[in-house]
Order: sequence, then C-alpha cells, then structure tokens
Amino acid sequence: MAYRILEKEEIAPSVHRMVVDAPDVAKAAKAGQFIILRINELGERIPLTIADFEKEKGTVTVIFQEMGKTTKQLAKLSAGESLEDFVGPLGTPSDIRKLGTIILVGGGIGVAPLYPQAISYTEAGNRVISVIGARNKDLLILEDEMRKASSELYIATDDGSKGHHGFVTDIMKKILDSGEKVVRVVIIGPPIMMKVGAGVASPYDVEILVSLNSIMVDGTGMCGGCRVTVGGKTRFTCVDGPEFDARKVDFIELMNKLAMYRGEEIIAAEKYEEECRCGLH
Amino acid sequence: MQDLKEEKTGKAKKERTPMPEQSAAERRKNFNEVALGYKKEDALFEASRCLACKEPECVEGCPVNVDIPGFIKLICEEDFAGAIENIKATNTLPAICGRVCPQETQCEALCVLGKKGQPVAIGRLERFCADYEREKDVRVPEIPKSTGKTVVVVGSGPAGLTAAADLAKLGHKVTVFESLHKTGGVLSYGIPEFRLPKEIVRQEIDYIKQLGVEFKPNYIIGRIKTLDELCDEFDAVFLGTGAGLPGFMGIPGENFSGVYSANEFLTRVNLMKAYDPAYDTRVRHGKHVVVVGGGNVAMDAARSALRLGADEVSIVYRRGEEEMPARREEIEHAKEEGIIFRLLTNPVRILGDEKYNVKAVECIKMELGEPDESGRRSPVPVEGSEFTIPADVVVIAIGTSPNPIIFKGSEGLEQSKRGTVVADEDTGATSKCGVFAGGDVVTGAATVISAMGAGKKAARAIDEYLKGK
Ligand SMILES: Cc1cc2nc3c(=O)[nH]c(=O)nc-3n(C[C@H](O)[C@H](O)[C@H](O)COP(=O)(O)OP(=O)(O)OC[C@H]3O[C@@H](n4cnc5c(N)ncnc54)[C@H](O)[C@@H]3O)c2cc1C
Ligand SMILES: Cc1cc2nc3c(=O)[nH]c(=O)nc-3n(C[C@H](O)[C@H](O)[C@H](O)COP(=O)(O)OP(=O)(O)OC[C@H]3O[C@@H](n4cnc5c(N)ncnc54)[C@H](O)[C@@H]3O)c2cc1C
Ligand code: SF4
Ligand code: SF4
Ligand code: FES
Repeated sequence: MAYRILEKEEIAPSVHRMVVDAPDVAKAAKAGQFIILRINELGERIPLTIADFEKEKGTVTVIFQEMGKTTKQLAKLSAGESLEDFVGPLGTPSDIRKLGTIILVGGGIGVAPLYPQAISYTEAGNRVISVIGARNKDLLILEDEMRKASSELYIATDDGSKGHHGFVTDIMKKILDSGEKVVRVVIIGPPIMMKVGAGVASPYDVEILVSLNSIMVDGTGMCGGCRVTVGGKTRFTCVDGPEFDARKVDFIELMNKLAMYRGEEIIAAEKYEEECRCGLH
Repeated sequence: MQDLKEEKTGKAKKERTPMPEQSAAERRKNFNEVALGYKKEDALFEASRCLACKEPECVEGCPVNVDIPGFIKLICEEDFAGAIENIKATNTLPAICGRVCPQETQCEALCVLGKKGQPVAIGRLERFCADYEREKDVRVPEIPKSTGKTVVVVGSGPAGLTAAADLAKLGHKVTVFESLHKTGGVLSYGIPEFRLPKEIVRQEIDYIKQLGVEFKPNYIIGRIKTLDELCDEFDAVFLGTGAGLPGFMGIPGENFSGVYSANEFLTRVNLMKAYDPAYDTRVRHGKHVVVVGGGNVAMDAARSALRLGADEVSIVYRRGEEEMPARREEIEHAKEEGIIFRLLTNPVRILGDEKYNVKAVECIKMELGEPDESGRRSPVPVEGSEFTIPADVVVIAIGTSPNPIIFKGSEGLEQSKRGTVVADEDTGATSKCGVFAGGDVVTGAATVISAMGAGKKAARAIDEYLKGK
C-alpha cells in the first residue's frame, strides 16, 4: 500500500504543506481529527493533524514543522513520491455547533489544526475571532486562509515584526476583557503556550479547549502511550481527545512526557543531517 | 548432544525428547528464536513414543481437534508432507500453534502418557511438520468456483485469519480490514520475535493471500467506515478485533515517563522493531525494569526488557507461581534467563523524580486467603510489609479488554458489561443480523488456538447463513 504525495511546498522556513492521495481518509475526515503516517518500513509512526481535506478529490492536507528525524526526512520528499502508511481519520472530531462567539488562538504550527476548525465553526454560524502568532513574521502560516475563514483576524509576533508585539494570549485577554460575550476559546500550539493561555482565560466565564500533542504509537487506543491526566483521571489523547478541557489538563506531566525520548531524538536528528550532508539521502 | 543421545538409547521412552535451544547465557543477548526446533531424528524418536490410541484423549484437548495420532503416524512413516496436510485440514496456522499453544493445559494435558511419565511433545511435532513444509514449497489447495458472495473480516489476528482462510476455501470473496499497518494481530505486535519469528507469521499470511483473500491494512472500522456501512456493502461480516485495550492499575504515579502498558512496550519492540538501531522507533532501555503481571504478556515484556540490555528485570505478581497463567515453558525460560520473580507482591504506588521519570515501585507483600469465584485463592495484603524496588522502566501487564472503537456506528450490536461482543458459542452469531464475532473480542484475552477455533466455527456458520441468503 502506498499513499502518493500530490503536492508539497515550504510555506514558511521549515514548515511544509503536503497534499496526500488518501480517498478513504478524506471521505471520513472531520475538523479536529488527525492521521498517523509512516514514511517507510524503517520509519516511526507520527501523528499530524488534518489541516484540510477534499472528499471529492480524495485528498488530505497536512502541515508539519521540521522537528526531528522523521519530520526532516518527510520534508525531503517531493510530489510524486509515496508514503508507506497514512492512517486515519483518528481522534474524536471537534464538537462544532452554533454557539455564538468563539475565539480561536493558534501559535506556530498550531495554526494548521485551527484552520479546518475556523472553516467549520464559521459554517455552523458562529462568529469566529481568530488570533494567530509566531516567533516572527516569516514563521507565520496560513494568514490569508485564516482571514478568509474567520470574522476577524488578529496577529501577534514575539519580535513585533508583524501585528501585535507580544503573545497571542495578550490579544485573547483583550477580547475577553472587551465585554463581548465569548462562549468558547480554542487554544492550539506548543504545550507551554496552551498552558499559559489556559491560565490567562481561566478566570473568565468561558469554555477553554486545547488540542494535546502527546506521544503516540497506534492512535486507536491500543497502546496507552498517549495517556494524559485530565481532571485527575487518565485519558487517552488519541481516542478521548485530542481536545480536552484546558482547566483540567496536567500540562506539567504532558511536557515532561514529551521530553521522554529527547536525548535519543537529538542524536537521531543529528545523525540524519550528517548523513544528508554526506549525500547518503 | 551427549545427553540427548543417551536419552534416546538408554532410558525407556518415558521422557520426551528435549528441544534444542539457544543457551540462556547466549539468548538473553539476542532476539533470535529461543527454541530451535526438532531435527528429523528428534521428531522420529518423539513420534515413536505415541501409542496411537484408539480413542485419543489428546484430540479432545485441542480446541480445533487436530488429528494428533493421525499426523504422528505419518511422521513415523516419514511422510512429512502428508503429516502437514493432515494437520492443515483442521489448523490453518500450525507453525504458530506448535510454538505458542499452551499445550500443557490443552492437547498434552490429556495425553495418556502423561499419567505415568511425560506426555508426547505434540506441539513440538506440529512445529516440526510446519517448519518442514515451509522449507519446501507450500501447496495451495484448489479454490472452488466463486459463490459471488462477499464477506468482510475485521481484524487480522488468529481469529480473523482463520475465518478468512476458511471462507476463501469455500469460494467466498473475502476482504480483511486491519487498523495497524501490519497484519497478524497479537502475532505481529505482541508476541516477540524470540518466541515467534515474524517471518513465520508473514509466510502463514502469504499462504492465506494465495487463497485469494484481500488484505487492507491502515483501515480502522469505526473511523473510516462503521460496522453499519459494512453490513450494507457486504453479504456478511466477521469481527475478530481482539482485546487490545490495555488495563492500568489506577495507582498513583502510573502516568510517569517510563511506565508503559505491555501493549505499548511490546508494540514498540516487536511491531516497530525498536531493538534494531536501523529502525526509527524508540523505547526506553531500562537498567532496572519491573513488570507487573503473571501471564504470557508479562513474561514476554520481561524477557524483551532483558534483551534490550537491562541489568535487572523483575516480575511482580500478586499471587503464587502455581497461579501464574503463563505457559509453563515461558516461566521456565524466564527463570533460566535470570528474571527475578517477586511473587505474592503487589505494587501500591509508583514513585518518580522531579522530571516525572519513574524511579521506583512501592510494593506490598500479599498472602493467599480463601479461594475466589475463579477457584484461585485470592491474595490479601500483609499490613506494614511495604518495600520499594528501584526502577527506571515499569511495564504494566495486568490484562486487556476489547477496544470500544468498533461499537461506534454499530446499531444493535450487543455488548457485555466487560465490553466484549456477545456472540453464540457455536456459531459466533451476534445480535446483529449478518454479523458474526469470535476470538478475544468475544471471550476477553484468551489464546491463539481458541481464537482460531472461534474463527473456524464462525466461517462454517457464515457459509450456512450465505446459503440461505
Ligand atoms: C494529535 C497530534 C497532532 C499533531 N499535529 C501536528 C501537525 O499538524 N503539525 C506538526 O508539525 N506536528 C504535529 N504534531 C506533532 C508531531 O507529531 C511531532 O512533531 C513529530 O512526531 C515529531 O517527529 P520527529 O521524528 O520529527 O521529531 P522527534 O525527534 O521524534 O521529536 C521532536 C519532538 O516532537 C515530539 N514528539 C516525538 N514523537 C512524537 C509523537 N509520536 N507524537 C507526538 N509528538 C512527538 C516530542 O516532544 C519531541 O521532543 C501532532 C502531534 C499529535 C499528537
Ligand atoms: C504479548 C502476548 C503474548 C501472548 N502469548 C500467547 C501464547 O503464548 N499462546 C497463546 O495461545 N496465546 C497468547 N497470547 C494471546 C493470543 O495472542 C490472543 O488470544 C489472540 O491473538 C487473540 O486473537 P484475535 O484474533 O481474537 O485477536 P488479535 O490477535 O488481538 O487481533 C485483532 C486484530 O484486530 C485489529 N483491530 C482491532 N480493532 C479494529 C478495528 N476497529 N478495525 C480494524 N482492525 C481492528 C487489531 O489491530 C488486531 O490486529 C498472547 C497475547 C499477548 C498480547
Ligand atoms: S493446535 Fe495447539 S492444542 Fe491443538 S494439537 Fe496443536 S499444539 Fe495442541
Ligand atoms: S493421547 Fe498421547 S499417546 Fe495417545 S494418541 Fe494422543 S499423543 Fe498419542
Ligand atoms: S496512541 Fe496508542 S493508545 Fe493512544
């Protein structure tokens, strides 16, 4: 079985968009779900959010950031090449209904999973205020797409090279303070950003959702590797999530768990880059 | 070799022919198969021990009723091709069963020779025949004309594989959907290479492919398609989705880094080949490993951890050795390899460091009380007997239950309180018309051969059902 890559482009430094031919996945996909792919027989299984899908064309789009060995290797593939495995849709779809005003907050690569949600929330008749950010303006992704999919769009960069000079959560707080009745906040980004965002939004009378990116193997509830503590209970991110009530998530545990293989990951990535320089890949 | 010869020529045929094995010192450093298999002369000698009983009890002990005296007689006649054909008439996966069946509680438990001495080594002989055939060319049986009926099998473990093979042999068009990227179920992701080489699983599955069965990996029922949709698209459905949901103990510290379910630990090691540096998937190589549980799964996890280079691996089990559900041979092998057995011991808490990495397991001593419903004496904690075992990896192997994912979009499929699918014992028929089920998804975690037995019965019932359709 092979899944062909139909399109591939670098949309920001080290951030890539890839369109894959996977009709079965496309047909069943919903906003908030993800896939797991494996590049080849030797590869590991990595989860990526479904950033877009077209049922008629049978295509699924993923957007990924180069982190370690697997994502760096994925970045080297081009249109026409194939992935060994591409399984999904996984996870519980986002609970998208007509609610009122929603704030979508995305940091870095977290904007990718927010995009299909922006479309779906808007289609369901909500007023969608999106706040997206990155370290600097070059790293900002999907700005035009998010603008089209939202009622309002705000931008923040850590270095002030575009939009607000500071964090996306600063803007989120301003909106919450503005008096507008907000029903739900969805925050997706690096764990530390979700933790801080959850802390900022907590005092307000608003539902806060985050999408967790725990380490996974199968993505079907079979291994328990993705388990997180939510409200003192063990939950499996891949089937019970990936979205959870931010107020209840044990972020410290999650962040420590994500660091579990860090030593080996750094070695693997360095080895891979060294081999690339030597022309082995 | 010297011992072996003496045994064959000297003593009466009371004792079974020993299995050639890698030495414990050698094998604890590699993932190669432990038991090397009988040579021809071993097999001939062992086969000659069989009394060819008129009313063979051993056959009653086998869940699929392999014609044991029949195939053993063919071995004696050196007709190994005939022997394997005889076995395959009832058992589609002999190379696997010969290796992993708990023979001591099944076929061999009832062998008459066992009353006075040691029973015939039926499993080893079965393995010998299957291995003999694999080295030659595997014969594919004639497939009857297509019936035009389509059957879908969900799950490619032993239950699904057996049902698929039998249905294909009856002329039905069979498609197998498997959620993982590799087929085989627990045979591929759970049971380690050193006990069941994956090459053997691959060859057995290739044989089923040659029967015309189509396999679709990366296809999760309940996600890509629901059971209801399958019922609309196919004439009948067989559910063999196993019991893949890992249980945890619910004790403090269970979510620290380095605490694995046996499913995760074994999947990383077996399916993803984390023991081989050429593969990208990682697993933590612990120095001090604690495995909780007393079944085959616990033995496999402990012995895998040892092979990854641990200094010390202990098994923590709350009952005594007699109560351990693991195959006898696995317990013996684990002991020989130096696994420490901490029996009548139960973990109460897992301790971690400031980075949330596991560093020790706090346990309590147990003593056996009155027998419980299962007839086993239930363990009760001994107050004040707490002690800690240092650990950087902990593997929880206390059991699994069926994955509920299959129930999403399956109108009218009855489920028990334990989460299993309710199905008729003789036919596998469920409460949903045209849907049959068997294996661990119905019984809860059991054995390879019982799953196969269920797949077989269901295939027969599905064939009947299709004739009436
Ligand atoms: C549900 C879900 C959706 C995700 N969606 C996206 C997405 O849309 N785009 C994107 O760029 N990334 C996404 N991720 C994260 C992505 O899976 C990891 O970046 C990727 O696995 C890293 O692999 P690597 O080999 O390149 O890096 P590694 O060297 O393996 O790791 C780099 C870091 O990534 C994290 N990581 C490692 N393995 C995994 C794993 N199997 N699952 C999750 N995190 C891991 C760890 O924190 C690690 O320190 C998602 C993760 C989850 C769980
Ligand atoms: C580590 C370990 C060691 C064992 N050792 C022994 C032993 O020595 N001897 C012995 O007899 N037994 C042993 N067992 C038990 C034995 O392996 C099982 O009883 C047997 O595999 C059950 O077979 P099954 O076909 O019912 O299910 P499984 O083998 O569990 O196969 C089920 C398959 O269905 C797939 N699936 C699940 N849900 C879906 C879905 N929604 N869509 C598509 N596919 C799905 C799964 O991915 C899996 O591949 C062991 C088990 C384990 C875990
Ligand atoms: S299939 Fe298993 S139980 Fe049956 S005869 Fe063979 S080894 Fe014994
Ligand atoms: S019971 Fe034992 S001796 Fe008798 S036929 Fe079976 S294997 Fe042979
Ligand atoms: S990834 Fe294995 S259970 Fe969630």
